[in-house]
Amino acid sequence: FVTNIRSLCTARTHVNYEVKEDVAVIRMNDPTSKVNTLSVQMQNEMIEVFNEVLANDAVQSAVLISSKPGCFIAGADINMIQACNTSEEVTKLSQEGQKMFARIEKSPKPIVAAINGPCLGGGLEFAIACQYRVATKSKKTVLGTPEVMLGLLPGAGGTQRLPKMVGIPGAFDMMLTGRNIRADKAKKMGLVHQLVDPLGPGLKSPEERTIEYLEEVAIQCAKGIVNKKISLTKEKGMMQKVQDYVMGIEFVRQQIYKTVTAKVMKMSKGLYPAPLKIIESVKAGLEQGPDSGYLAEAQNFGKLAMTSESNALIGLYHGQVACKKNRFGVPERPVKNLAILGAGLMGAGIAQVTVDKGIHTVLKDTTVEGLSRGQQQVYKGLNDKTKKKTITSFERDFTLASLTGQLDYSGFEKADMVIEAVFEDLNIKHRVIKEVEAVIPPHCIFATNTSALPIKDIAAASIRPEKVIGMHYFSPVDKMQLLEIITTDKTSKDTTASAVAVGLKQGKVIIVVGDGPGFYTTRCLAPMLAEAVRLLQEGVDPKKLDALTTGFGFPVGAATLADEVGIDVAAHVAEDLGKAFGSRFGGGNVEVLKTMVEKGFKGRKSGKGCYVYTPGLKSKDVNPDIEDVLEKYKLTPNPLVSSDSDVQYRLVSRFVNEAVMCLQEGILNGPVEGDIGAVFGLGFPPCLGGPFRFVDTFGANKLVEKMRRYEEVYGNHFTPCQLLLDHAKDSSKRFHK
Amino acid sequence: MASMLMNSLRCCPPVNPAWAVQYATRSLSTSVQLHAQVQTKSKKTLAKPGVKNIVLVEGVRTPFLLSGTTYADLMPHDLARAALQGLLHKTSLPKDAVDYIIYGTVIQEVKTSNVAREASLGAGFSDKIPSHTVTMACISSNVAMTTGVGLITAGQCDTIVAGGVEFMSDVPIRHSRKMRKTMLALNRAKTLGQRLSLIGSIRMAHLTPELPAVAEFSTAETMGHSADRLAAAFGVTRLEQDEFALRSHTLAKQAQDAGLLSDVISFKVPGRDTVAKDNGIRPSSMEQLAKLKPAFIKPHGTVTAANSSFLTDGASAVLIMSEEKALAMGYKPKAYLRDFVFVSQDPKDQLLLGPAYGTPKVLARAGLTMDDIDVFEFHEAFAGQIMANLKALDSDWFAQTYMGRKVKVGAPAMEKFNLWGGSLSLGHPFGATGCRLVTTVAHRLLKEGGQYGLVAACAAGGQVTHYTNTSSYFNVMDRKVILPVCVSGPCDGDRSIPPVEQDSGRTEMMQEKTVYAYTQSGVTPTLSDCTY
Repeated sequence: FVTNIRSLCTARTHVNYEVKEDVAVIRMNDPTSKVNTLSVQMQNEMIEVFNEVLANDAVQSAVLISSKPGCFIAGADINMIQACNTSEEVTKLSQEGQKMFARIEKSPKPIVAAINGPCLGGGLEFAIACQYRVATKSKKTVLGTPEVMLGLLPGAGGTQRLPKMVGIPGAFDMMLTGRNIRADKAKKMGLVHQLVDPLGPGLKSPEERTIEYLEEVAIQCAKGIVNKKISLTKEKGMMQKVQDYVMGIEFVRQQIYKTVTAKVMKMSKGLYPAPLKIIESVKAGLEQGPDSGYLAEAQNFGKLAMTSESNALIGLYHGQVACKKNRFGVPERPVKNLAILGAGLMGAGIAQVTVDKGIHTVLKDTTVEGLSRGQQQVYKGLNDKTKKKTITSFERDFTLASLTGQLDYSGFEKADMVIEAVFEDLNIKHRVIKEVEAVIPPHCIFATNTSALPIKDIAAASIRPEKVIGMHYFSPVDKMQLLEIITTDKTSKDTTASAVAVGLKQGKVIIVVGDGPGFYTTRCLAPMLAEAVRLLQEGVDPKKLDALTTGFGFPVGAATLADEVGIDVAAHVAEDLGKAFGSRFGGGNVEVLKTMVEKGFKGRKSGKGCYVYTPGLKSKDVNPDIEDVLEKYKLTPNPLVSSDSDVQYRLVSRFVNEAVMCLQEGILNGPVEGDIGAVFGLGFPPCLGGPFRFVDTFGANKLVEKMRRYEEVYGNHFTPCQLLLDHAKDSSKRFHK
Repeated sequence: MASMLMNSLRCCPPVNPAWAVQYATRSLSTSVQLHAQVQTKSKKTLAKPGVKNIVLVEGVRTPFLLSGTTYADLMPHDLARAALQGLLHKTSLPKDAVDYIIYGTVIQEVKTSNVAREASLGAGFSDKIPSHTVTMACISSNVAMTTGVGLITAGQCDTIVAGGVEFMSDVPIRHSRKMRKTMLALNRAKTLGQRLSLIGSIRMAHLTPELPAVAEFSTAETMGHSADRLAAAFGVTRLEQDEFALRSHTLAKQAQDAGLLSDVISFKVPGRDTVAKDNGIRPSSMEQLAKLKPAFIKPHGTVTAANSSFLTDGASAVLIMSEEKALAMGYKPKAYLRDFVFVSQDPKDQLLLGPAYGTPKVLARAGLTMDDIDVFEFHEAFAGQIMANLKALDSDWFAQTYMGRKVKVGAPAMEKFNLWGGSLSLGHPFGATGCRLVTTVAHRLLKEGGQYGLVAACAAGGQVTHYTNTSSYFNVMDRKVILPVCVSGPCDGDRSIPPVEQDSGRTEMMQEKTVYAYTQSGVTPTLSDCTY
């Protein structure tokens, strides 16, 4: 009680504590946000409280807990790092964090971290500095070090403590992948000591009571540690002892560093500095002792924070957060019944990401075979989750109960939204829209999933164009995060709000763009693919082409991408957009693609494209039969613009120029959505942060300079757009602040 | 003629002296008593116009024994047979006077999947009596009874034997799916070569047996784990649970010593001794109970082996009749079965919370308040579960948030609650507990002189059931039968149909029934060919 008054007097807003018997319960709560972050304020108050707890003789131990039901600490405050101008400043931030956690670690009064909800980044480093960790077994409780995804490293002792806690391989896995670890896995790894089950309804709401229960258990643990009922030195199992022994051999450790480094280099092509710095910091700590380790960590953290890669990745993070919000407001009616037309790869994929979100989903196809294939796809998606134990077989069955497969339009009178994913043919789309509008209720939204047909052309057949919208999903729908929503000038705001709401429910990152041939994503990709075809015609081997594109940072090479998208689709799009945009979209000869389609080389789905795909075989060989095709359309390369680097920039500059033009023409709402769309939908190199961030970092003038050089050889394919020229002229102009 | 003679004989059955005295005093003081009740109770009868009165005539059970003890070598239907024979013996019921027999069970013995049929044939009931088996986890015998009530209400039957049996000393343990698949393929194999190749495909992994699942199918959570979480959700402490467990054992011991558990029949187990008493009642001390470690959630859980119900073998049986029939046959019924409710809720977080949801509902149906009830018998799956339900009933917040009620109904008064022990101490043979609860309510009403009783049970399968997918719940309203009143009383005498007409109607029904009852009577059941 006394402490309550005291805490009131000091007017702390983020951290408070109360003494229960002899245990100090330290509660964190950032009143300004939904999540707790280790901001300056939070850290300062924490140090204050920690000093008081240490000085308080009535306190024997402490429990660290968040008062927010769904979040422990989501990480350090990124803005704090971004506010720094030099690497020295960031290094200092890191060292302050290290110092604070070192004090926690050496605290004479044991501190138990009671974790419910995300415990990430700085939050995890805080938790592992505590003597004991209790976590709820909730699905929301995840532990992890996602710093690497922001181009950083765990900079507050994480690289030093984790290897000791979970072993060298486990620590590398956590820090290099940045993946979230669920509570039960964390227990197995030794990251947390004890698990607490989430509770259901009782005398308080489940969330409130669960956190209370967690606190009760944590207090018991704290007392147990003090009266020596709980030992902090865990008895090591045989396997653990063997592992420790092996890791004690320097040769083995060196081998691990070598293997991990090689793997990182293979995966990242050396384009991402953070993983290498993580390895370096861990190595410094283990081989040269903690002092060097902590110093290396802080210095590397400082260095990384100043890299363009980190800047790009943080930009993507912010962009992603922004694209997970519905800027069109709450729709008038939530979509509860969704109907999907066409049970192909796309349609079934959309069903797959919808059916488990509490939306009743109708999947309609015209044939029994098509429908069964689609239903099987949805089942398989859920069953794979069951096999991985992320859901139970009961949850799978329960989810599937929300899916209705059918061949007719029965029940469409209850649909709140229809998404059509039928064949990309304007006439078919028109027929479908007429059929559907005859059976759906007036409020029902008609969304069309097309990758290139302008929405207004499709909407032309509609009797209520304000309810028509484009929803462009990316294949495979359950893996690709992006959803591109296309509005026409007639689409109503509520229709857009509703489409975004559905997309967000489906877990998508959403960009909303204006209507036009190819919208944004397809339009950017088309010139790049045209250039890729030209390169093939100029005699660049598909493997070489892939190597050059992945070497630039694309996750999938250009030739493989064409195969994945489908050569027929690519041909289709190239022809359509070629007609719409004229010679600017030229480059490679469309006939190359068309001939390939004629020969049955439609890409991965047909087993042959640029490559030959053998089921069950991971490696693929170049399709020997395309050589004849390429021979037929052979072009002579100009050595002036055919170096490896030139090839890369020829591909990328056309992509980027088109993106900038989309912004110039108002197709894009802003550069943030442009970057997000390019990275999440098309695999634009994440380390470059998207086409707009790339222009900012690389320099518009340098890019224009290169393009002019290519323009001389190839003409208007490489003519920079006006907005890009403006940026080139005035270096103070930037897309991102 | 013979049956008429039997009937008239049964008009004055041998009554035990205590009963006779009570009966006499009741008869004498009826009007006064009734008067007093009218003032204190919100309702004086629960009879509904146009609905037949249904009565519990008698209820018996075998002693409930810890699994693996004296019953170890029996089969489930042997236990059920014992209960049925006990019922026959106690009621002197003619073996052909029953219209239908229904049994409840949870873990089914595959050889006797319709255990009701095997047990009734084995107990010597007429082979003309159809019988079926029902299952609904821990409330299986409640379902058997309510099925019977339904049959009587629908005019299908007048005399029903309902019961339940559970035999945990032996449970079906299967070959693995792989092995079963191989064995079935072996059946179809035509050549020696095919057979040899199938046999050759058997690997070590094939030999791993498949035990009955210990977890809820839908949630993969064991019952005890769920109970522990439920207790935590309601803030039930370990101390509260241990105290309740100790109470249950202490009260059961007292009741056993005082001879109150008169529903227990003695049973000569073939090849073993005669058992006449439940063997799981073990009053201990709080210190002893406190020593136990949590059984499910370790190390901070509160549910232990001692505050949970244990694996039990046992069977029960009740005789349910329409009131007219019972009186016509000269029985003195023990209680009316008035109303019941089944409810279900979330199988994960509210698995064992049925009683909290069902009690207000059944009270509302009957138009009663908690105070009107004289006798409560709640199934004690876990002490923590009972305490959680009591707390839920006593919480306005819970009533408002989860039950859509304005106020709570309140928790039952402990001085009316499970006074003769409960499942924690007497044992809990899953399928048989429901009948024990109903019989106990009737016996307690008679003994304590109350009017209304209430039974509640959650369908929780203890630790070994793999069955429950929803938590359900059952409730019976019993009203003490005061014979003179019930024959001539204004509220109970609503019999617009003259007896003769009723009888002729019944004959028709009987005829109809013989037409439809093809499943079991189609062939003359002999012991050899009824294992279909």
